[in-house]
Amino acid sequence: MARLIRTEKEVEGRYEEVWIVVDEDALDQWPAGPLTTVGQRVPRVDGLMRVRGQAPYTADLQLPGMLHTAVLRSPYARARVASIDLESARSAPGVRAAIGPADLDQLTDEPGYVGHAVAAVAADTFGQAHAAVERIAVQWDVLEPLLDPDEAVRQKSFVSDVAKYARGDFERGLAEADVVVEAEYRTQVVLHNSFETHQAVCHWEDDGITIYISTQYIWGIRASMAEQLGLPPDKVRVICHAMGGGFGAKNSPGDYTPIAAELAKRTGRPVRCALTRREENVAAGNRNATIQRLTAAATSDGTLVALGGDFINAIGFSGWSATTEGPMKMLYACDNVRTTQYPAKLNLPPMAAFRAPGFVEGTFGLECLLDELAAKLDIDPLELRRRNYADSDRTDDRPFSSKNLAECYRRAEPHWAKRDEVRARSKGPWKHGVGLASQIWYGGGGPPSYAWIRVGSDGRAQVVTAMQDIGTGTRTAMAQIAAEELGIPFDHVQVSLGDSARGPFASISAGSSTVPSMGPAVRSAAADAKRQIIEIAAQRFHLEERVLDLRNGQIVSADGGSWPLTEVTGLLESGQILGKGARGPNPAGMVVLTFGVQVAEVAVDVETGEVRVDKIVAIHDVGRVINALGAESQVEGGIIQGIGHTLSEERIVDPATGSILTRTLDAYRIPTIADVPEIVTDLIDIPDEHLTNLGSKGLGEPPIIPVAAAIANAIRDATGADVRSLPITREEMLRALREAEARQKERSGAPAAV
Amino acid sequence: MPELRINGETHSFDAPVGRSLAHVLREDLGFTGTKVACGEGHCGACTVQLDGVPTLSCITLVHTVGTREVTTIEGLRDHPLVAAFVRTDAVQCGFCTPGQVVSAAALVEANASPSQDEIRHAMSGNLCRCGTYPKIEEAIRTWQD
Repeated sequence: MARLIRTEKEVEGRYEEVWIVVDEDALDQWPAGPLTTVGQRVPRVDGLMRVRGQAPYTADLQLPGMLHTAVLRSPYARARVASIDLESARSAPGVRAAIGPADLDQLTDEPGYVGHAVAAVAADTFGQAHAAVERIAVQWDVLEPLLDPDEAVRQKSFVSDVAKYARGDFERGLAEADVVVEAEYRTQVVLHNSFETHQAVCHWEDDGITIYISTQYIWGIRASMAEQLGLPPDKVRVICHAMGGGFGAKNSPGDYTPIAAELAKRTGRPVRCALTRREENVAAGNRNATIQRLTAAATSDGTLVALGGDFINAIGFSGWSATTEGPMKMLYACDNVRTTQYPAKLNLPPMAAFRAPGFVEGTFGLECLLDELAAKLDIDPLELRRRNYADSDRTDDRPFSSKNLAECYRRAEPHWAKRDEVRARSKGPWKHGVGLASQIWYGGGGPPSYAWIRVGSDGRAQVVTAMQDIGTGTRTAMAQIAAEELGIPFDHVQVSLGDSARGPFASISAGSSTVPSMGPAVRSAAADAKRQIIEIAAQRFHLEERVLDLRNGQIVSADGGSWPLTEVTGLLESGQILGKGARGPNPAGMVVLTFGVQVAEVAVDVETGEVRVDKIVAIHDVGRVINALGAESQVEGGIIQGIGHTLSEERIVDPATGSILTRTLDAYRIPTIADVPEIVTDLIDIPDEHLTNLGSKGLGEPPIIPVAAAIANAIRDATGADVRSLPITREEMLRALREAEARQKERSGAPAAV
Repeated sequence: MPELRINGETHSFDAPVGRSLAHVLREDLGFTGTKVACGEGHCGACTVQLDGVPTLSCITLVHTVGTREVTTIEGLRDHPLVAAFVRTDAVQCGFCTPGQVVSAAALVEANASPSQDEIRHAMSGNLCRCGTYPKIEEAIRTWQD
């Protein structure tokens, strides 16, 4: 039965109260552990298509008469367009249309960052469009940009309200403490650099528009473009069958989709607007930089009595302010917590969600601070974390739907116990060490999400839902869930997705929500189909429904009878069994979170500052695992992105002009195959008994969260140096080593420098 | 009209001087298995073989190819490496993967059982943003299984 509820909806750590109509989730969870298909290691169903280069990406689409777009982007961080002349572009070879600030909201005459879109040209080829853009004459009034986050806070230049949080009495906690540590941590801007750049092809047909787009959220594009274009949503069809990576940056239409839609309207032709790699590195969103000024205080037994921090999110010109302070509020059972978060608005390119926004940055600060505290207290860092274990959500005293972080810690012990052995490998300038960091994050998903399923006379099933597979293995996970519920072989299930006109509403592929949101809907649809098959079988074989079940492609009865499924479905001829399913509500009054711990082994050359990561053990509690192979790939991918974030990736800005200096994949350094350490994945795989008919939480984001802190803490273990700024370049490493050396001299009572 | 030898067949093409091999393959001849992710020779997604040598097609001018045999992912669809990539899950979003397979095929042609160091050396020009590297290594290590 459909039920109207008032509930909290969470995406990427942002909550809002909404009305949602949900269907009851009547199915009992399956028993824990690997089943016939669910929980097994299953190669992905679309693997062959992708490996062979046959997957239909937006980048590969060619429509008859399609035009190509080039965008004029501001070379200045802050300016006014005094005048702009598009005529010279319009008369250039191959050009079909040119638009400027007067023609479209997404084109501005007051650019607020380098890369802000000002004008756009559609031409027969991209080369022609690009050449025409070069001919556009603009007179710029160049203005002074605001680039420094601290200065933005002083000027109260914010994208949203300053967020203050307090529980208990921070000052009293400080007064009770035996040990207090304070430190400032900085994290850099990192860029998603999805391999398929942001792009869309827009095509007006009849009285509506079809949008082919590389996106994480078909329905979000549909809603947003319908609103922008003033169309009923069903007149906007959004298609994404395969897409080349998003990592959080492809949740909205950006500037390129409205630009393509407008140019397509003006020319009556399909229009592609695809960012170049250089535009991608400027105007496609980023993980914003942070400055974190943190305090932790404890009594001598290691009880945390105060945690506090000022967090500056250097957001850029627009975007939203992620909860960098989230881990400090949520991870430990500290009674006195006080945080302030400043969402600094700057003349720099806008942020976009990037794999666990806020928590990646905040965990680096908090978990490094905790190790600095452990060192001062002379308490083992793992033991310190256990002594401050939170048994319920301390931000509003609700119980967790499940929390197996203690089990994660237990499984970390053998790796943690190897510290002496690892340190003993130190030789010459290479110092070895081990560090760990905990992980907390969302990942519960939620309603609404729907799936349909059809079973034909051949006993095969097709799952139909208008979701997207962004490369995480969604098609495969959904096929496993449907096959498990229907009791048919995995390869008898196909999954049709990627088209808003073909299938019901499905959730965003972001916020680690795909499996926990969509999986239960698919299972529920499969259960609906199965119920109907059993009803028919009961009539066919003159048995009661309650004694019948589906297993291994057979209809089986409690008394040992067994018939091939096709004996019943074959009766249908061209008819089909149609099942429908919906995602049920989240558990009322509970907080659904994911947890984990990672242990890193590193080696540091104290002469050159080179840091090498040798091994990372990742232990995460994400509820039931659907595809053990795909889950391992997600963990490895998250850790490798985390290593890039920790050691090599950084968007560099000219501090005088705000121009972006790292626009290419040689200047912006993502990890290569040669940078990958040994990675050990250990997923707890205990279903969350309160969460849906699956007990599965999300997995996409948790693995990247603790990487930087685990590496930094291992560096401290190896060298005694406190690295506090990402990325840990050789300069930062050598700075930290010099600081540690000076501290050591001071402690050993060396005479002051003369 | 100039011609290209691609995957054992001859294709004629009509392109101005200065056009890249990747452009002609993808836009003019329909070989869209070759991907372009950066367009300036930094990432390896556009890798094809020229007479068996891995080559960045996005920075190779089409008129310089001459009589060399071009091998694209379309010519390697039944290579055992393809099945190995699928089996080991050495593919996530898949956008870099055809280029990875083309590079790996050249590697195993020259050295059927490469060591970990040899794999890392040969494959370090093929970037992957999803982080499938451990699985790529496994696929190349076990491609004959």
